[in-house]
Amino acid sequence: MPLLRAEGVTVAFGGRRALDSVSLTAEAGRVTGLIGPNGAGKSTLFDVVSGLRRPRTGRVRLDGRDITREGPARRARRGMSRTFQHLELFGRLSVRDNLLVAAELGPGRRHAARTADAVLDRLGLTALAEDPADALPTGVARLVEVGRALVLRPRVLLLDEPAAGQDAEETERFAALLRSLAADGTAVLLVEHDMSLVMSVCDEVYVLDLGHVVACGPPALIQRDETVLAAYLGEA
Amino acid sequence: MDQFLAFTVVGLSTAAIYAVIGSGLVLTHTTAGVFNFAHGAAGMLAAFAYWQLAVGWRWPVPLALAAVLLVLAPAFGLLVERVLMRPVQALGEAERLVMTVALLTGCIALARWVWDPNTARPLTPFFADRPALRLGPAAVTWHQAVTTAVAVAVAAGLWFLLHRTRAGTEMRACVDDRALAGLTGADPLRAGRLAWVLGIQLAAVGGILIAPAVALDAQQLSLLIVSAYTAAVFGRLRSLPFTFLGAVVVGLLEAYLAGYLPQNDYLPGLRLAAPALLLLLALLAFPHRRLRGRDRRLVPVPLPGRRGALILAAAIPGLALVLVTVLAEDSLVPYGTVFALGVVALSYVPLAGFAGQVSLCQMSIAGIGAVVWGHLGAHGEPWALPAAVLVAAAVGALVAVPALRLSGIYLALGTTAFAVILDRWIFTLPAFDVLGVRIALFDQGSVTVTGPDLFGLHLTSPAQLLLLAAVCLGLASLGVVALRRGRFGRRLIALRDSEAAYATLGGRLLGAKVAVFALSAGIAGLGGALYGMQLQTVTADQFNLVAGLPLFLIAVIAGLGSVGAGLFTGVAFVVPTQLLGELGTWAQDLSALLIALAGMGLAHSPSGVITRLRAEWAPPARDRLLLGAAGVVLAGCWLLAALDAVNGWLLLAVALVAATAPRIRAAARRQGTVETPPEWWGVRRPWRPEDGEVLSRATAAG
Repeated sequence: MPLLRAEGVTVAFGGRRALDSVSLTAEAGRVTGLIGPNGAGKSTLFDVVSGLRRPRTGRVRLDGRDITREGPARRARRGMSRTFQHLELFGRLSVRDNLLVAAELGPGRRHAARTADAVLDRLGLTALAEDPADALPTGVARLVEVGRALVLRPRVLLLDEPAAGQDAEETERFAALLRSLAADGTAVLLVEHDMSLVMSVCDEVYVLDLGHVVACGPPALIQRDETVLAAYLGEA
Repeated sequence: MDQFLAFTVVGLSTAAIYAVIGSGLVLTHTTAGVFNFAHGAAGMLAAFAYWQLAVGWRWPVPLALAAVLLVLAPAFGLLVERVLMRPVQALGEAERLVMTVALLTGCIALARWVWDPNTARPLTPFFADRPALRLGPAAVTWHQAVTTAVAVAVAAGLWFLLHRTRAGTEMRACVDDRALAGLTGADPLRAGRLAWVLGIQLAAVGGILIAPAVALDAQQLSLLIVSAYTAAVFGRLRSLPFTFLGAVVVGLLEAYLAGYLPQNDYLPGLRLAAPALLLLLALLAFPHRRLRGRDRRLVPVPLPGRRGALILAAAIPGLALVLVTVLAEDSLVPYGTVFALGVVALSYVPLAGFAGQVSLCQMSIAGIGAVVWGHLGAHGEPWALPAAVLVAAAVGALVAVPALRLSGIYLALGTTAFAVILDRWIFTLPAFDVLGVRIALFDQGSVTVTGPDLFGLHLTSPAQLLLLAAVCLGLASLGVVALRRGRFGRRLIALRDSEAAYATLGGRLLGAKVAVFALSAGIAGLGGALYGMQLQTVTADQFNLVAGLPLFLIAVIAGLGSVGAGLFTGVAFVVPTQLLGELGTWAQDLSALLIALAGMGLAHSPSGVITRLRAEWAPPARDRLLLGAAGVVLAGCWLLAALDAVNGWLLLAVALVAATAPRIRAAARRQGTVETPPEWWGVRRPWRPEDGEVLSRATAAG
């Protein structure tokens, strides 16, 4: 059974359907990619899955349990955490305190300081630990958000364009991190525009366009899919 | 039926005034992005100015009207836009809000200063000599007819302006996106100016129309605006038609309550508080919740060190000792309020500074602390003090529940409404029973407050109470430092910086908000009780909305994120007032005006004065020798003052010089070593090994 399952999720803003009966699954130990042009509804789907937005219709299930009506905090305690496309760091706190807030709310709260420091170390952020979060360059800030999400030791991790602003070398390291997270049994759901990253780390890719899933499958298939090419490049 | 019609006519004509004022509010809010708390105060000033011209100087009515509406009001609008609002335009919503609160305080102080509040200034309604018009069974006075006609004309005029003129199109464009409107050839500055001029003119029209119906009183007229706020909130601060609809609802409600509310001791206050109650309900019914999105600029919250905290906590009782030994007995009471009000101001730090919840009702909650202590601790029972703190905290938790649905300007409005409900209704109630418990507030007069029994000592003298308040402020400051350094403080700042991230990490918004409201209300309650002890008798007026605004302003000027804001606010609120007060009673209002002016200077140091002072004092604080010398001079001054050997003013002057000398010297020294701008590194001064690292970090951060 997949760890995370969204079934027939529909979200409308006024008359426009941002998501139209979208279904998606993410399995433990796998990286699931979610790609699509701007405005396809990727971040809206993340909001629905993480509990920041109620869908008009549809269900979200975690481990088979219907969590559609649960708030974001409760979902977090069930093992879900996320990052944001538009950075949502705690700007006036230091990098370490950003992780510490999460650690004190998460399952490792008894040893919060140790949990936070371990994640800082894993992401190579120890040298920046005392810097204020709002002074970080974008690439690093995204990494801190990933770190803050990891502190919760999530079973489902939603990453919204985490590699934007990173250079090639940083992206390579980040890909390795994603693989190791999946190897630990985490279900990673990744929204990303960097196609080489998506194609190299994802086990399965969903393509979203104008609120519809237009394709899904292993990366190799997706790369050759006609509808995907049309969605990205326009009709020939 | 006739009676009902009469009330309806009265209600509709009041509604017309609220509609005019409310539409001005909506106009400035949408075009200039500022919710003007001082909108009613501008109308109040216009009413006073009109009285001065038409009655005081006997100008003909049309001339006086033209002078106020066509000259003074637009000039005031332009002045406010240019001097106050443009500098804070780029700052956050909170700064713009503070600016208008400062303007409100300033307008009230100015009116009281210029027009002695103890003189009655009756204004006659327009065309009062003509007989009332008969519309079927209803009688309509000419003033009511004029008022309604004005409202209709305003509605039509605004519609024409916004939809049929270029200037109106520009204004509507600026509502959506100022920068974008600028790029497409509109002039956001001109649109903003026009909005301010029109907004203040509408406030002036409303002020002049409403003044004959109520007494010409600065505070009362400024707060009539609460009804217009309600109307504007009906229009979600955007829609003019809904603002007019809201005005009708508020106007009729007030008229019917005035007509049909049964006469007893408990309900007259409800009639006065009804607009505020309706405002609170309207705010909650039209939710403006934003889980995403935040101000671009956030006021920093410095992490206080343990050493600095201990120095602060020790300096507070130290200052109290100096005051007790230096001051004459009769000065101890007013100066004693430094520490009590400091505790009230400290309550803003966790709430507004850390958690970003702007509450304008802290002084009202302090009032609850004062009355609870006054009644329960009538014989100095020590347990009554924690009880007062707990009751205040419970009231704070109550405020937090609507706060969960409100943020920013709406929260400020909601807490204002709460404060007004307390002022006009709850605080005026006689004692009543709830579930067999007798609840007494201000007993429709004053409450006697005494000091507590502590360690077998009944603290009653002003000196003892001053020291008690200082010790409480010191301990409370330490508590807030511990809070900032600990888990809860981190959570509050996190909550402020991103509610969405906080929630998706598993944080409970309701729990954290209720906790911080209760905590800061508890601190305010303690401050209120201490304040009451100093004053010995308290009345509701000492804790009303307007009494609390200057404290809020000074705390913002000090920097809401700094724990020292408590002490700073107490000193800055009380000391100038006392020193000026010795010059004469006229100086009292001047000090209120000064506070407002200082608030208007906020744009120059938005992070707060304390942060700036700390930066400026860091170099001299390292110069032990100079600091020691200044300390010796100050100690000498203290000794001489305690022995009453030398004139107090002279000593004050010497002490001030000694206290500021190290900073001036350090500043002079620093001038010698002016920082070379980075682009001249390696040219005007030699390249240093660490320069490369500094530059690459700076560019990466940018």
